[in-house]
Amino acid sequence: MTSLLAKYVAKLAAANLCAQGEALIAAMDDELVWSAASNARQPLMEEIFARLTISALLLARPAGVYQAVMVELARQALADNSKSITPGDCETRTFLHDLPVVDGLGEDGLTADGIIQALRQRKGCVILHEGEAFVTAFGTVSPEQAYVTFSSVCFACFVAYFAEHLRLARTGAMTDERRAGFARIQALLPLDRADRPDLLAGPFATEDAAREALIQAGRSTVEYGLVDSYFGNISYRLGDTILISQTGSSLDELGACIDPCRMDGSSCAGLTASSEYSAHKAIYEGGPSDGQARAILHGHPRFSVILSLDCERLDCPKLGECHRACDTPRSVTDSASGLDIPIVPGEVGTGPFGLCHTLPPALVNQTGGKRGAIVYGHGLFTLGATDFRDAFATLMDVEHFCREEYFRRVAEFGQACLGSK
Amino acid sequence: MFGWTGNILRVDLSTGARDVLRLPEAVYRDYLGGKGLGGYLLRDFATLPPGHPDLPLILAVGPLTATIAPTSGRCHLTTRSPLTGAVADSSAGGRLGTELARAGWDAVVVTGRATHPTGLEIDNDEVRLTDASNLAGLDTGQVFARLRERRTGGSIAATGPAADTGCLFASLIVDTHHAAGRCGLGRVAGLKNLKYLAVRGTGRRKVADLPALKAAREDILRLTAASPVLLGQHGFSCFGTGSIFDLMDSRRMMPTDNFARTRFPGAEKLNAHAYKTRYEPRRHGCQGCHILCKKIAADGRTMPEFETMSHFTALIGNTDLELVLAANDLCNRLGLDTISAGSTLACFREITGEEFTGARVLELLTGMGTGVGPGAELAQGSAKYAASMGRPELSMSVKGLELPAYDPRGAYGMALAYATCGRGGCHLRAYPISHEILRKPVATDRFSFSGKARIVKIAEDANACVDSLIACKFLFFAATLEEYARAYTAVTGVPATAQDLLLIGERIDYQERLMNARNGFSAADDDLPLRFFSEEGSSGPGLPIPPVPREDFLAARAAYYRIRGLTPDGLPTKATAQRLGLPWPPELPFGAASDQGGA
Repeated sequence: MTSLLAKYVAKLAAANLCAQGEALIAAMDDELVWSAASNARQPLMEEIFARLTISALLLARPAGVYQAVMVELARQALADNSKSITPGDCETRTFLHDLPVVDGLGEDGLTADGIIQALRQRKGCVILHEGEAFVTAFGTVSPEQAYVTFSSVCFACFVAYFAEHLRLARTGAMTDERRAGFARIQALLPLDRADRPDLLAGPFATEDAAREALIQAGRSTVEYGLVDSYFGNISYRLGDTILISQTGSSLDELGACIDPCRMDGSSCAGLTASSEYSAHKAIYEGGPSDGQARAILHGHPRFSVILSLDCERLDCPKLGECHRACDTPRSVTDSASGLDIPIVPGEVGTGPFGLCHTLPPALVNQTGGKRGAIVYGHGLFTLGATDFRDAFATLMDVEHFCREEYFRRVAEFGQACLGSK
Repeated sequence: MFGWTGNILRVDLSTGARDVLRLPEAVYRDYLGGKGLGGYLLRDFATLPPGHPDLPLILAVGPLTATIAPTSGRCHLTTRSPLTGAVADSSAGGRLGTELARAGWDAVVVTGRATHPTGLEIDNDEVRLTDASNLAGLDTGQVFARLRERRTGGSIAATGPAADTGCLFASLIVDTHHAAGRCGLGRVAGLKNLKYLAVRGTGRRKVADLPALKAAREDILRLTAASPVLLGQHGFSCFGTGSIFDLMDSRRMMPTDNFARTRFPGAEKLNAHAYKTRYEPRRHGCQGCHILCKKIAADGRTMPEFETMSHFTALIGNTDLELVLAANDLCNRLGLDTISAGSTLACFREITGEEFTGARVLELLTGMGTGVGPGAELAQGSAKYAASMGRPELSMSVKGLELPAYDPRGAYGMALAYATCGRGGCHLRAYPISHEILRKPVATDRFSFSGKARIVKIAEDANACVDSLIACKFLFFAATLEEYARAYTAVTGVPATAQDLLLIGERIDYQERLMNARNGFSAADDDLPLRFFSEEGSSGPGLPIPPVPREDFLAARAAYYRIRGLTPDGLPTKATAQRLGLPWPPELPFGAASDQGGA
């Protein structure tokens, strides 16, 4: 168990979600086990363990831009008394619903009562304490649950803050204070990575070769910050079999977490395959007979997700239902580079509003198909003709463009906002 | 009250008397309904032998039943098992729970013993007993056909010949295609001469906050849509529970030849796809469920569930799909639990060395279900049969209840959960397959006991709650009590979080342990057959299936006892009972003075 705790502490740091050694994780079977031998937060966490039926608990202070956006959002949530952050991205909304905010500024510093109250409601919460944001999250099965929730909270807050800022700019509701805060936060953003990984060249003739390519591409997608570990999915078509990442697998640890799924459906061994298997299969089946795509890569690049949430139709009658009911053709386009990436609605999985109904038609159309598509508030799916090199390149290109386009729009609308004053 | 009606129907089959029991609202808040309420109503009678007229057979619904909370239309049955002597309970699908709730009843408590086969008919608040002598000896298909001639609507639960002729694992069949299968609940009905129960309700359950319930429902439905196990292309909705079959094969944990091996050659031709291709089943589900995991063949026969698919092939050396359909159909008609029936056949096969033909399988099942001819001796279940043959170690059971189709050598959490399960060899109380195989909510190492004691304890509490709310446990491959707590609060108006529900679940589980302790159950019963600790499974390249390490198992069980608040002998403590608000049975020793329990 100790090694498992150390693993997740290290992963949080590797993803730049926390400073090195910042996170404290504890797990309990019949005795408590800690990721660090001695830590001032232990008494607080011990009290939480004593008062909740849980098996793992994580408490950490997010780093960098995550810290900054979380402080802003937490302050707002406490100021407007909602005591909750509403995520805009699809997966967080599906799995975490909303993010409670706890005012940790009690007389005794961090008090357990508020945190316990929040954790009785949800899997994790944001704590604002002496001007700093902390996140705590629990698991009832494994420390991995706490790690996943922490990671999701960071992603959700990032998306929520930047999406809100663009919305304020677009609606002319920007304040000088907000603008100043945004400038500080923008300065914390890491530079866009320009180098490309040296991915294996396809096509791959054997299952072993395809698995190696999947593992490598999955790991690179996480390393390049295009998805947080645990989310996203990836697949490769090898004849009549789709090799696809398992549900709940980490793209940087695919190893044994790849399911071979026969396309004829003659085996249910893919029962543990990604929840987006149906969408992947439909994309492969929808291509021309010579095979439009052999590789599919799905990540959650932040600015692609954020830009998908930005819409000029502020009076749309379907506002609030965009993630599943939007029927306006939307896309991210860049005439200079020829980028043309549709944005489609769709929820996770195979329900009546599932992206399995919307994504494949957007990628496999009569004009020969697209390089990728963004699912509203969710993430980007990209295709590779023979391997993951082009799929990965598209993932990076789209995110690079979306990031630039985001700040272009903020500047444009912000300027207009200033002009209207 | 919202969610509950406060009305519990009591029927005494000895006298024909019936009355309405009204319990304090606090009882509902502390025990919810379903399994919790059933245990509450049983506990004063829990030591009575299964044939005793005063032993109640209880059917209870929960506060969510007959509301729009997803998968809430189930009914929970509770009594004492004639097969194991422990508390017997089973969750039944179909329409039974919904109709009972709509009829205005939170539970029905049947006591006494009728002088002749009797039917209990409930139409809202009209209750009558009928002479069912004309149904005696008929199989359940015939019983349903007769009853449906005059009762076209509503729900019907009926026993088959197995319940009447003394089979200790006789089931109750509900609405033709569903079953309260395990522990011999049907036999208790048979001992009471209760042939069938028919319920029709037209009322509506009162909901405190419908918009909040709709919001909770949306959250739950969104989660199920994201679940590959439930709604994915290979999942339960498309293939039924049989979709697990291929995974059990590839993970080398398919019980084969009475659990002597863990891989069955040719299993890939016996999977859910093969059944779907051959029998073209249609989807069917319990009332209030959108998953529709039940499948019905084009010829009208009920498709086998995963356990039946596995036990009627790998466990007994059969490769004929049609025999599985026929055996499943025969078990349903006779009113036999397919898991116990299949496992008892496998035990017989290993002890006698006999290789089965299809005809022989059906002949033995018929003997089990009718008490006549070859197989009649198997109606006592594998434990008693194996003991009678001087080979008790070949009954693959825990507490006398036969094990389902997950070999514990392939999932150590499952090994521990089999042992600690109150009703015996059952996979559903802690359902570790969820994380050890299906990766939900996250994957755990299936070959390790690390952390499993606490996981099992928490899962038992959660599932006790699920069986009391009521909801289907399959839903919890996707949703959690976090979402269902909101549904519960919306329905009842009672503020509650998942943590509150877990505490209730802990109380319900401990209540069952108190009853079992009074009936003599202890750590000696919380154990697995020796085979799993001494024989290797079917190892493959890169995938060794060693015996379960005995010392690690015992250490995990000891940890479980500490977490659960039991003594090292697996017995309840007065301190834990007090903490949970449970009365201490005077016949039990005090146990440990301190309460180390609580998760």
